[in-house]
Amino acid sequence: MVRWLKRSYIYLIFAFLYLPIAVLMVYSLNDARSRGMWGGFTLRWYVELFQDRTIMNSLYATLIIGVSSALIATVIGTMAAIGIHNTRGVPKKLIMNVTYLPVLNPEIVTAISLMLLFVFSRMRFGYITLLLSHITFNVPYVILSVLPKLRQLNKHLYEAALDLGCTPLQALWKVIIPEIMPGIITGLLLAFTLSIDDFVVSFFTTGSGVSTLSITVYSMARRGINPKINALSTIMFTFVLALLIIVNVRQAREERKERNGRRVPKKDSPYDPRFGSA
Amino acid sequence: MKRLSLTPYVIWMVLFTVVPMLLVLYYAFTVPTEGGTTWSLENFTRFFQPIYLRVFIRSLNLAVISTLICLLLGYPAAMIMAGNAFKRKHVIMLLFVVPMWMNFLLRTYAWLTILERNGFLNSLLTFFSLPRVNILYTNGAVVLGMVYNFLPFMVLPIYSVLSKIDKGVVEAAGDLGANPFQVFIKVILPLSLPGVVSGITMVFMPAMTTFVISRLLGGGQFTLIGNLIEQQFLVVGDWGFGSAISVVMIVVILLSMAVMSFFEGEEKDVALW
Repeated sequence: MVRWLKRSYIYLIFAFLYLPIAVLMVYSLNDARSRGMWGGFTLRWYVELFQDRTIMNSLYATLIIGVSSALIATVIGTMAAIGIHNTRGVPKKLIMNVTYLPVLNPEIVTAISLMLLFVFSRMRFGYITLLLSHITFNVPYVILSVLPKLRQLNKHLYEAALDLGCTPLQALWKVIIPEIMPGIITGLLLAFTLSIDDFVVSFFTTGSGVSTLSITVYSMARRGINPKINALSTIMFTFVLALLIIVNVRQAREERKERNGRRVPKKDSPYDPRFGSA
Repeated sequence: MKRLSLTPYVIWMVLFTVVPMLLVLYYAFTVPTEGGTTWSLENFTRFFQPIYLRVFIRSLNLAVISTLICLLLGYPAAMIMAGNAFKRKHVIMLLFVVPMWMNFLLRTYAWLTILERNGFLNSLLTFFSLPRVNILYTNGAVVLGMVYNFLPFMVLPIYSVLSKIDKGVVEAAGDLGANPFQVFIKVILPLSLPGVVSGITMVFMPAMTTFVISRLLGGGQFTLIGNLIEQQFLVVGDWGFGSAISVVMIVVILLSMAVMSFFEGEEKDVALW
């Protein structure tokens, strides 16, 4: 009986969490423009969505910024993580604290600080400023996904590679990088997801003519309801869901492999919520 | 050699994290004059005018209410999920997190569809011949939006602390004669405090600084302090004042984090994030 009550409470919370998404999805297939009525099934909004120039352009912008910022952030972040791993004492503390700064700062503060920087250095607001900002908030997350992998790394692997005649660079490239690859990939996917999910920072650092999907949705939503947004939400939700499943399956497989192999300290939960926030 | 790989990041960090923060401070503490700029506290004294203080208090108020609701809804949820009501715990947790991955803006927009005058809620009410409600563009809608968006931030840290509690301790309390209520008050609750503290911080901070939720679901322009900052930067163009408000906000958040870590006590195991 108590167990039944407990379960119902959780199901109620789930209903609360999923109801808005379900409503959006159902309305994206609704033929009646006025909501509340069911006007029959239609794919009209999806067709209109793909014919909408503004939305399509912002989709391209989102993907370009997402892919390039994720790639660059992954390179910088992975190198940084290797460096941080080999640094000790005060410099390490200092770097880690500054790394946490964009993670802990309210998003709007990160956004306005970057905006001030670009104004101050007289940069033209547009693709470049967007890209720089996205890399900036992505790098810490890449570092935080790669560092645990480095900590799990067998210290003697690198030395063994050197003893067997590798140059330090070869040892890094052929031994260390393959070993920490799962962390790098997770960081990359995370950075990409964060980038396409971001609104606040993009809103402050974009220029005229360039807008990401989030910005387009914001300006459309401010003018009221638009069935095309429902269709867009459905697509984006499905897409992000697929990405999330890939990441989770990867992590689960990794953990299983590790459990079967060497003993590894338990990692943080893969259900980390910090990445999908406002 | 390996130190060399830090160089790009350090340069990046200084240029795009440290310098911008210093710029915010610079703009906050200076005012433009005819020949350039001078150091001044004017931006801060302006903030303490009643009109802006009212915005600040409203933000604080709504953030506190949302945080409390999240705590009241979230603690039992975390406790149930950490307990043994479900067989496949990790599936339940995954289901709980999935909505968080949907674009934050779309999640907020979804409530627009539900709450608007001819929206889902009102058609449902009409269907059951109940009176219609108009809660869109009120503070209630803003609180609802905040609770919806930030609830998982409360549940997850509490869940992770609760699931680490040694079952033996709970059983021992029972064996020593504590009833379930006493076990909860004297054992489980104190042990879960670090999670509660992280949860409160993680909900309070975004609730205090959001401008999107209030803009889409709330009425009026200067609903919350986040909106005020946005206006200063994107509409009014008064960067000094906008920076000063941001600095005040950072101070408030740092203060609340300090107070919170005081309550957190010795337990350092649980990271804020």
